[in-house]
This record gives sequence, C-alpha cells and structure tokens, in this order.
Amino acid sequence: MQQQRVQSEAIETTYREAVREAIRDAIKRDERVFLMGEDVGRYGGCYAVSKGLLAELGPERIRDTPLSESGFTGAGIGAAMAGMRPIVELMTVNFSLLALDQIVNTAATVRHMSGNQFGVPLVIRMATGAGRQLAAQHSHSLEGWYAHIPGIKVLAPATLEDARGMLWSALQDPDPVLIFENVMLYNMIGTLAADAGPVDIDKAAIRRPGRDISLITYGGSLWKTLDAANALAAEGIEAEVIDLRSLRPLDDATIMTSVNKTRRAVIVDEGWRSGSLAAEVAMRIVEQAFWSLDAPIGRVCSEEVPVPYPSHLENAAIPQVPKILAAAKAAFGAP
Amino acid sequence: MTVSADKPHLSREHMLDLLKQMIRIRRFEDKCAELYTQEKIRGFMHLYDGEEAIAVGVIPVLEKRDRIVATYREHGQALVRGVPMTKVMAEMYGKQEGCSHGRGGSMHLFDRTVNFHGGNAIVGGGLPLSVGLALADHIRRNDIVTTCFFGEGAVAEGEFHESLNLSALWGLPVLFVCENNLYAMGTALALSESETDIQRKAACYRIASETVDGMDVVAVEAAARRAVHAVRESGKPYFLECRTYRLRAHSMFDAQLYRDKAEIESWRTKEPIIRFQAWLQSNGMIHLEDVPRIEAEVDAEIAEAVAFAEAGTWEPVEQLTRFTYAESATPADR
Repeated sequence: MQQQRVQSEAIETTYREAVREAIRDAIKRDERVFLMGEDVGRYGGCYAVSKGLLAELGPERIRDTPLSESGFTGAGIGAAMAGMRPIVELMTVNFSLLALDQIVNTAATVRHMSGNQFGVPLVIRMATGAGRQLAAQHSHSLEGWYAHIPGIKVLAPATLEDARGMLWSALQDPDPVLIFENVMLYNMIGTLAADAGPVDIDKAAIRRPGRDISLITYGGSLWKTLDAANALAAEGIEAEVIDLRSLRPLDDATIMTSVNKTRRAVIVDEGWRSGSLAAEVAMRIVEQAFWSLDAPIGRVCSEEVPVPYPSHLENAAIPQVPKILAAAKAAFGAP
Repeated sequence: MTVSADKPHLSREHMLDLLKQMIRIRRFEDKCAELYTQEKIRGFMHLYDGEEAIAVGVIPVLEKRDRIVATYREHGQALVRGVPMTKVMAEMYGKQEGCSHGRGGSMHLFDRTVNFHGGNAIVGGGLPLSVGLALADHIRRNDIVTTCFFGEGAVAEGEFHESLNLSALWGLPVLFVCENNLYAMGTALALSESETDIQRKAACYRIASETVDGMDVVAVEAAARRAVHAVRESGKPYFLECRTYRLRAHSMFDAQLYRDKAEIESWRTKEPIIRFQAWLQSNGMIHLEDVPRIEAEVDAEIAEAVAFAEAGTWEPVEQLTRFTYAESATPADR
C-alpha cells in the first residue's frame, strides 16, 4: 500500500495572481478580512492585483475608497482595533506618505502607548520600486524607512511562494504588518504548488547556497542578485544569496551564519544609500561578525537622485547586475 | 440656561450629577496644575477649564458599549467616562498603575474596559480612527456609536475632511463632537479658516449637524441626546459643534500672548459651572449645602487619587521595550 504523500500539483502562475489568490483565500477563510483601497474594486487594482475580486466577493469585502490615504488607512487601523482584519492597499509607497501619520503615529504606537490594551492587527500592502518609467513620484523604494519604525513589521515578498504565503501569516500577526510588492515582480511567471499556503514571516531565506561571498538582498533586487551570482559562478566564485524577506525584524542569525562562513558580504538594496537599510545590515555585520570579515562590506544601492523617467537613466539609477558583479569582485580585491 | 423640548430628565438628582461631574473635572485639573508646578506631572498638559460642559453633557448619554476617541485635552472625557480618577492621576505621574501603564501621560489616556480608545495628540489624528471603529461596527451590524472629540483646529487638517467624507459616504455611526474653543493653540479661528461657521463644513458632506452653546451643560446634553439618537437610529454620522472657550493657557508652557486678558475675563462670566450653579439656585433645584458637600466629596476623591499616584511604582527599565509588539494573545488582539 502506497503511504507516500501525493506531491501537490504545480501550477504555472504569476506573482500578481499569487497575491490575488492570497487575498481571495484570506477573505474566504476569515470573515473579519476585507480589502480596502483606491481602485481595488471596479478598476481591479492599479496593478490589476484584485481584478475580478469585487464580482466574486462583493463590495463589503472589496471596498473601493476615495483618494484619502490617511483617512482609509486610519479607518483600517480603527477597524483592526475593533476586531476586524483589514487589508489596506496603498497604490504605491510614494502615496503611502500621505498616510504616514496614521502608520507611524497611530498604528505603530498604540500597543505600547496604551500599555498593551489595544493592538492593531492590520495589513497594509503597497507597490514599491522602479523600472516602469513612472518617474520620481511613483518609483521610489522607501521600505527601508518603514523598517526604521518600532511597532510595525515590514515584509518584502520576492518569490511566488512568498507572494502567496506571506499575506495570511501577516493577517495572523497581532501587530501592523506592511507588505511591499516590487512592481517589476507582478508579471513574473513561475510555478507554485497548487496547495501553496502560509509561510513564516520572520526568517531570511538562502536562495542560493555558496561558500565565497554573501550577497544580501530582498524584493525586486533578488533576481538581479541571483543573475549576478550565476555570472560569478562562471568565474569560479560561489556566492550565497540571502533573501531578507522580513526587513523588520531582520533575521540577524541567518545573515551572520552566512557571513561567518563566506567572510565577505555585499548588500543589494534598491533604497538610496544614505541612511539605507543596507547601511543597517552592514552595521549589524560589523557589530556581530567583524572578526570574520576578510574584506570591506560592499553596498549596491540606488543613486542619490529622484528616479528619472527615461529608461536609460532609470536603469542607471537602481541596482543592476553589472554593479552587483563589480561590488562582489571588489570584495576579492578586484580593481 | 436652555430648557428645550428635548431636554433630559430635569430631576434634582440628575442636575446634581451634572454639576458634580463638572466640579470633579475642574478641581481635578486645578490639582493637576498645582502638581505640575511641583514637577510631579511633567511634559505637555492641556487643561479643559471652561469646556467641562461638553464632556459632561455628551458622555453620560452614551451606552457602555459605545466607543470614545479623544484628543490630548482629554482628562475630562476620561473621568466622565468612568476611567477611575486614581488611574488617571497615576498616569499623569507616569506610574505603571496608570490607565495606560504610565506610558502615555496626560495626552494618552486609554482604558479598554470602558471603550476609551485613547487621547490622540496628533490634531485630527483621531478622526480616521473613529471612522474605522465605526466601520467595524457597521460591518458586524453592532449597535454601537463611536463618539469622536476634536477641537476646531482639527478642521483645517485633511484628515478631518477625509473622515467626514468617508463616514457619510459609507454611512457609519460616528458622532463627531467639535469642541470649538476659538483657538488652535494660539491661532484664532478667524485666522485659520475661510469659513468660520464650522458646522457648515459638515453640511458639505451631507452630515446632519447642530451647533450648541458648549458652556450650557443642559443644552449640550439635550443636543447630545438628539445626536446620539440620530446616529443610533440611522447608522449615519452626526456632527455636533459645541461653542466654548478655553479659560486657561493651551498648555502649561503657553504665555497667552495671542489674546487679551479682558477677553478671557469676559468668557469667565459664561463659564459652565458658575452658570449652571446659578441657574439651579434660581430654580430652587439645589440647596445651599449641596455645593460644599459636592466639593468635599470631590476633594476626597482627588486626595485619594493623589495618594494612589504617589504610592504608585515606576515601571522597571527592564520592561522598556515590552509591548512594542504583542507577546502573546491578549484581550487587545481579539
């Protein structure tokens, strides 16, 4: 008699569809969950993530809002405080700045400031990143800013599994969780187990094991970093690629285990260099693994300009494979 | 004093209770000001002197299940809502026996047991929160009214307009109570609003509204009864503008350079406690000994609160980071 578990069928899907399936699944599984944001219903979502969900789930669960980021984000906070599990969608991280007061002054503070009497089990999703020639008010990567704030958690799903699985785990979290979806990933095609489900949201993942250098990244830069790692392998350098997944809290243990092994580290971060998440990761390595290092820590970040419109300038502004390669080789003394 | 058709029970017992609640807030805050000069209370502290009739007129009309969102000038709201004075005073001291575990202080009083969702010290910041609380109750068909207090300064904030629009658009049970004391810190209403008739802004959002003399406790209560009834029956928002005046400085740091002493004195004559007391006396509704008795009762409560706060303990520094995130499932997470 065959006891072996039948392997789940793998389906071909996209990052966008994986996020959509995560939303649909969460709303069907938990009557407290609803999606709220600008154009999430009739329009189908700015990036078509929620296309079709209004017809399927109805206007109470897929709630179109006016252009009132602070108002509806605050409404999500209040609803969460009163027992619901809202998913608030902000079109892009740039627009989230209009809701910064509610996120930073209320969502992040209430549990501590009230002496643990009130919590905010809210999930806020938003698009981040450059690459679609949307210029300087739709293309920035400010997730590192949010990772500065105690009281919230910050996730960056880079894979189909995480796009599908992080939302449910975030909804189970008693505290506010921000999920950053890189705009260049929505069209990414891949295979996903038909029964793919929740994933952990507090651990980094080794996406490519290696012994010579740790390339630490997250979100849209993961795939460029993996491409760079493959190019390095052709030159005999085996890079270990770490996908941070959670930007707050950071999984120091996975980072340090890797760096203690490889003795070299380069951080790839689409945020600007000054005051970046990359700076935080680098400093933690200095604090916790300094004596293991054989080379200065490298960083590949965005250039310190507002992201420009023309494709060649936009590409030059954000991390790309050649820059990652150069930074990695520099850790081996290359000029 | 207003005696309208909607007036509540004008029983002697009820009138004395209204009077006592106002005296309770006033004397509590007088004590707080004294403790502030002794450096027992620190930070920003905003007193409600002159505005007491609003909290006292509105809050007792609410049911226990209803919710309250307040501002940083919220000692009065907390006391009338039933947050024990001992715990409020301990919070003012920053002691862990305080109603927010000592972590919020004067501006951030919270008490889950009476659905007091906090003093919010970002002007206008509480309005979206109240919309969300009401949204949850609307979705779950809960018969709960969320009352949101804010000053007229908040009217200039985008969050005010976003919140009024959302609540009206979605039909949410929020009672917006604007405490119009004419000054946003030191900036007079006429210097900050092109339209100073605030309830007209609610009308723009098709929200039923009313303006009431916020220094007349009976008028406030009557208006609050109409308002709460309207919200409960319709499930829709209602806007109550209470016109009042802050008789003390904005906070303990305010030298009041922006207004004349004469103006303050002229408002003193309209202040809610003396006015109500005189009205009760002229109608023979209180006896000569009632006020001294109330004051003695209140003073005893205040003395107890001060003793409680003095005896309170400091949260150990080892607990500094506790509850930045949840530790395990607590009532706050359900």
